[in-house]
Amino acid sequence: MIGLKTFPLGGVHPEEGKYTAKKSIEILPIPESVYIPLSQSLGAPSVPIVNKGDRVKTGQLIAKGEAFISANIHSSVTGVVEKIDEWIDASGYRKKAIIIKTEPDEWEEGILPQNQLNPTIVLSKEEIIQRIKEKGIVGMGGATFPTHVKLSIPQGKKAEYLIINGVECEPYLTSDHRLMLEKGEEILIGIQILMKAVDVNKAIIGIEANKLDAIEHLTKLSAKYQGIEVQGLKLKYPQGAEKQLIKALVNREVPSGKLPIEVGCVVQNVGTAFAVYEAVQFNKPLIDRVVTISGKNFNGGNFLVRIGTPIKALIDKCGGLPENTEKIINGGPMMGKALVSTDVPVTKGTSGILVFTSEMSHRMPVYNCIRCGKCVSVCPMGLEPILLEKIVENNKWEMAEKEHILDCIECGSCQYTCPAGRPLLDMIRLGKNKVNQIIRSRGK
Amino acid sequence: MSTYVLSGSPHVHDKQDVNKIMWGVVYALIPALLVSIYFFGLPALLTTLIAVVSCVLFEYLIQRFIFKSTELTIKDGSAVITGLLLAFNVPSSLPWWQMVIGSLVAIGIAKMTFGGLGKNPFNPALVGRVFMLISFPVEMTTWPKVSPLSTQLTDIVTGPTSLGIVKEGLMKGETVSQLMHNVPSYTDMFIGNIGGSLGEISALAIILGGIYMLFKKIITWHIPISYILTVFVFTGILWLINPEKYADPIFHLLAGGLMLGAIFMATDMVTSPINHKAQIIFGLGCGVLTVLIRIWGAYPEGVSFAILIMNAVTPILNRTIKPKRFGGK
Repeated sequence: MIGLKTFPLGGVHPEEGKYTAKKSIEILPIPESVYIPLSQSLGAPSVPIVNKGDRVKTGQLIAKGEAFISANIHSSVTGVVEKIDEWIDASGYRKKAIIIKTEPDEWEEGILPQNQLNPTIVLSKEEIIQRIKEKGIVGMGGATFPTHVKLSIPQGKKAEYLIINGVECEPYLTSDHRLMLEKGEEILIGIQILMKAVDVNKAIIGIEANKLDAIEHLTKLSAKYQGIEVQGLKLKYPQGAEKQLIKALVNREVPSGKLPIEVGCVVQNVGTAFAVYEAVQFNKPLIDRVVTISGKNFNGGNFLVRIGTPIKALIDKCGGLPENTEKIINGGPMMGKALVSTDVPVTKGTSGILVFTSEMSHRMPVYNCIRCGKCVSVCPMGLEPILLEKIVENNKWEMAEKEHILDCIECGSCQYTCPAGRPLLDMIRLGKNKVNQIIRSRGK
Repeated sequence: MSTYVLSGSPHVHDKQDVNKIMWGVVYALIPALLVSIYFFGLPALLTTLIAVVSCVLFEYLIQRFIFKSTELTIKDGSAVITGLLLAFNVPSSLPWWQMVIGSLVAIGIAKMTFGGLGKNPFNPALVGRVFMLISFPVEMTTWPKVSPLSTQLTDIVTGPTSLGIVKEGLMKGETVSQLMHNVPSYTDMFIGNIGGSLGEISALAIILGGIYMLFKKIITWHIPISYILTVFVFTGILWLINPEKYADPIFHLLAGGLMLGAIFMATDMVTSPINHKAQIIFGLGCGVLTVLIRIWGAYPEGVSFAILIMNAVTPILNRTIKPKRFGGK
């Protein structure tokens, strides 16, 4: 295919494993209880406004995002609040969650049925952002940054491009792919809403070439929508990373330590565009999302899941865990988190659940570094992972900062490629934490 | 409740690992070995076997009895590579005990002293070779003539290498055009029908191995190309200045150990720089030093010394030449 773009620096080509690409989105039945964590987005946890014993409706606000970076949380079901207690989440720790015993759906007043396409945007720029804030929309690509914060362009800055991330470069995951195929029109209207919110007349949807059907579908549909362009991208991980995607699509480099708005870009995921469409056009809060469940030799699929549904329900729907399951991952295999338990609930940021059998669950043995330099050549940020590993090992925090350890986007390409199996990213994460602590203490 | 494996991302890994890389290099050396066995016969095979067996054995013994480690690093294939390369860098007629001593120096001193694979600053095979060159100057510079598929182990006919012919002749005041009559044809030099160190003779076989390694992503083009190109350009300029005093660049590419050095020795990951920019400078340095030694130095050949000197420069290159950073100034 001609005209495919990509980012120039580094990158790897992990096995795609998109086994569920052909499986349509199915609605997962509502479970007996949902476990809605109060900390689902980047930033401060939300503050509950319901009590034990309260009856809540589907879509009702149950926790408020009060801090600047925080998001509202709504009940994803109708039912009675059983308790507000600690519950295991994807981090492996027990954190505050609202546990609701479910009853048949009864929607909160004001939420319109979403079965008919509504392309007319009536709200103003400010109203759109306000609505997105009210409805608890966060970045659905996995980073879960509150969307209203991202859409509020800082004083003195101007957005030129809205970049829509349909890359889905993580192996296995197909939730964005399916959404683009099945909800293309809705996504495009969502993009128009977002364009209005950040006041740009140009949006580019970036999609990798392993989703030709989605590229074709959205290209065809976008003809009707002014200013929206679809751009195919060469297969390369981590193309879905914000900075790499901007570089690939508009050839601008976000300076070290700065945000995309520095180069006139705002990046949003296709899933977020869809959620924005539903929130703005129908008043629907973010209470469900598409989740891919997959794995080698696992009969997975793509499901529309209510937030707070334990992943056990998803797994059971697919016939349960294979006997030799040793690892369960929340997210993709490159950046996802290994889970402690199947009680962990689906949250706003859960793009996929992966089930790994024993032969895929373990790391390779660790050898001496042979200084092959592969980690350096694959680093999309132009860092030297092997050097950073040594620096961190020796607790040289100032040197780590000087070697730009904070530029690391934790894509995992270095550790993926290291033939000696060195724990490069493990060490870099450790170093980043430490350096961040030091920088914070300097400010005091 | 069952327990699951918890580890940080990434949860998948590339198929490449240290063992596959090292054994890949071994496979890449096989064409050159076969050509040597063809042209030098049984002695080439025996010398190679002695080198490989002693390198592996020394590594095993050191690991087992000095490090007292139960880990068996000989499986990774790196000692086999050292053995092969060491044999490739000596005349096939070298006495067996000298080969054993060379192996001990290569593995024992140049590699294991520093902690084994990945820790050594200098290419072990080259350290072994240079040690032998200094210790056994006669045997190390007595080059058997080619005698295809010979099984003769003693009384081998010897003669100088192409580089030796040119160097000595020029010192005696002869001109390059006179000397070129005594040098084998470029076709012979390309396929390996010439005298010289055991594994360096066939540019063709070595290039084949190099292409295999490129294809398997064991090496990148940066070091070999910059090394070979530098030699080509440098000797080309000299040749253009005075073709009677300096041999032409094609001669310099095909003669001696340049191909073996540029493709197999300078590309040793452990002892070469880690980023591509620094690798290009490394190759350039190797090229310049090789030509300086070949033309103005005491030895006819300078590949080993050039690479060893650049090995010593590698830490400085790693420290000063940084890769291009995303979003950097």
